[in-house]
Amino acid sequence: MLKTFPKGGVHPAENKLSASRPIEVLPLPEQVSIPIAQHIGAPATPVVAKGDSVRVGQLIAKSNGFVSANIHSSVSGVVESLDPILDSTGYKKPAITIKVEGDEWMEGIDRTADVKKEISLSSEELIVKINEAGIVGLGGATFPSHVKLAVPKGKKVDVLIINGVECEPYLTSDHRLMLEKADELMVGIMVLKKVLGAERALIGIENNKRDAIAHLKNVSTGYPGIEVYPLRVKYPQGGEKQLIKALIKREVPSGGLPIDVGTVVHNVGTTLAVYEAVQKGKPLVERIVTITGKGVKNPGNYLVRIGTPISKLIEAAGGLPEDVGKVVNGGPMMGKAINSVEAPVTKGTSGVILFPSKESLRGEAQPSCIRCGKCVSACPMGLEPYLLNQLAQRRLYDRMEPERVVDCMECGSCSFVCPANLPLLDYIRLGKTEVFAMIRARKS
Amino acid sequence: MSYSIIISTVLMLSALGVLAAVVLYLVAQKFKVYEDPRIDAVEAVLPGANCGGCGYPGCRGFAEAFVKADDITDMFCPPGGNAVFAAAAKVVGKDAVAQDPMIAVVRCAGAPQHRPKTSVYNGASSCKSATTIFSGDTGCQFGCLGLGDCVEVCKFDAIHIDVATGLPVVSEENCTACGACIKACPKSIIELRKKGPKGKRIFVSCVNKDKGGIAKKSCAVACIGCNLCVKACPHDSIVIENFLAYIDFNKCKLCRKCVEVCPTGAILEANFPPRKKKEEVEVGSETA
Repeated sequence: MLKTFPKGGVHPAENKLSASRPIEVLPLPEQVSIPIAQHIGAPATPVVAKGDSVRVGQLIAKSNGFVSANIHSSVSGVVESLDPILDSTGYKKPAITIKVEGDEWMEGIDRTADVKKEISLSSEELIVKINEAGIVGLGGATFPSHVKLAVPKGKKVDVLIINGVECEPYLTSDHRLMLEKADELMVGIMVLKKVLGAERALIGIENNKRDAIAHLKNVSTGYPGIEVYPLRVKYPQGGEKQLIKALIKREVPSGGLPIDVGTVVHNVGTTLAVYEAVQKGKPLVERIVTITGKGVKNPGNYLVRIGTPISKLIEAAGGLPEDVGKVVNGGPMMGKAINSVEAPVTKGTSGVILFPSKESLRGEAQPSCIRCGKCVSACPMGLEPYLLNQLAQRRLYDRMEPERVVDCMECGSCSFVCPANLPLLDYIRLGKTEVFAMIRARKS
Repeated sequence: MSYSIIISTVLMLSALGVLAAVVLYLVAQKFKVYEDPRIDAVEAVLPGANCGGCGYPGCRGFAEAFVKADDITDMFCPPGGNAVFAAAAKVVGKDAVAQDPMIAVVRCAGAPQHRPKTSVYNGASSCKSATTIFSGDTGCQFGCLGLGDCVEVCKFDAIHIDVATGLPVVSEENCTACGACIKACPKSIIELRKKGPKGKRIFVSCVNKDKGGIAKKSCAVACIGCNLCVKACPHDSIVIENFLAYIDFNKCKLCRKCVEVCPTGAILEANFPPRKKKEEVEVGSETA
């Protein structure tokens, strides 16, 4: 019996259409727009002005506080403007727009394919390097990685967990990464282990990626203390708390962090970025993005420079199919429909999915909840989505706090199973933002 | 069977009742809480809508604060208006300063023919929820979403979504200017403005802060910040900030010169008699 998390979860159709497509390098666009807030926390402060010429890997916006991240130029060229641009939600967000000229990289960045295995730096030096490289969680949450690596006094990390679950349907970027960059990934894990002082590192991979499991099991024999675990396929296993429960049977307390139970979780994409930052001197300027969807001519996985318009990615995949109803940034479960295809790829863009129009709209919502309880069984956090939905609709936000709405990770399992097609997550998300505002107001 | 059992039971229970009444009376006298009788008097005068428009939790909360307050110049009961407030002030023996009647004004006129839809939204029918996901289903990120959060919170049945335009319409008679819709609107479109003599008022019906070209592209009736109204205004009552004009209702003398010069028709006039010579003057969406 394979491991999995015990509570809730759903089984959406996998549709991993691009799983067999090797990672390709997306051609450079003419222009990139790099938002200065691509992470959770304070937006970075621009350190370039209009007309400056920049090179790939040059710092263009400086981290603004502890929970924040540096932003580097992903192309070489001239800074065209610092004006806000429309992001994928349709709101204007401050960004740095750079016109691409050639492809000149900063000195000190090793772009060869050789795998450098010796880790010469001390763990403090490693954290500084990771911080400088502007690395954030590439699974989609975009939490600055150096924050997770700074273990508070009195806490100890004995197990490092590497998230190769990729439980979202359609997405295959992590899958391809594990197949094609296994050695680099292993060195990245060794770096993280050294920083955290963890003896063991466990890689969790869902059992629908058997080639990746076999390959990593094979490669990991050359590295001490790294174990690969296949997991039963169940969404949302890639959730931090679910993965910890599945692999080491520890439960992160409500409102707590994985470090409270002696572990830290990093995505495989983040781990590779850590390897590149530490061993190759390369800041986070590109990431692997899946472009897929039924009806897409060439679904695939591309290495994309941050700030590239999503339209370029769609072009590479054979253009917009005729019957497209919705373009989603991220996975089909947690991703969000985008307002414009000119919005840039950011550090958190794990995939872009084009849905045909007949799959784009939600089913018609029934007038009311019949309290069948399907959402309660599906919720991996043990919440009562039907109740939270009703409280939010009635604006009883103060009652949502004791119902632990802040534990909701917005996985969407409740909306997925609701037979009445109720927009449960929409209201829960609304309640969550209101409750967070209440908590902030109370603290200040 | 004798009646004595029934009689003794009745007597016993009556005696107990009397004893309990005496104890309760004594306790009530002993622990009596003095409450200013004027609180009840003020509460009786108030409308009893518990709308919260005064900023206090319900009419009782307002009455308590009102009786306690030394200075009542900052307090007002918007649904009650001047008559009710004067009556309340009389109870506490103070003078009420008469305030101009206000009304909620919807500052967006982007009906579908002016502001084409760019996407389809079929999520939860709540403006606040929609704003957490995206900027809106039209090109304008500032405009009304038309999902009716304002309608839901109105206790006076004074605001409704017009089916034809998809925009909220305020009822002149029912609106009490309690401000509930203003708090509910996540886009901050609704504003309290002076109702004006016979309901006559002029306002900029737009909150778009984009540059003129971008604003005009997303909505035909957007304020483009062109400055024509500022130049036309003889009373210096219009300011432009972030490419958006705003008319100060305390300075506006209702001359309507700005309405005539506005190239996009973003300035609306309400409850004015139709003009004599010129035709095709756009009348405020809320006059309906």
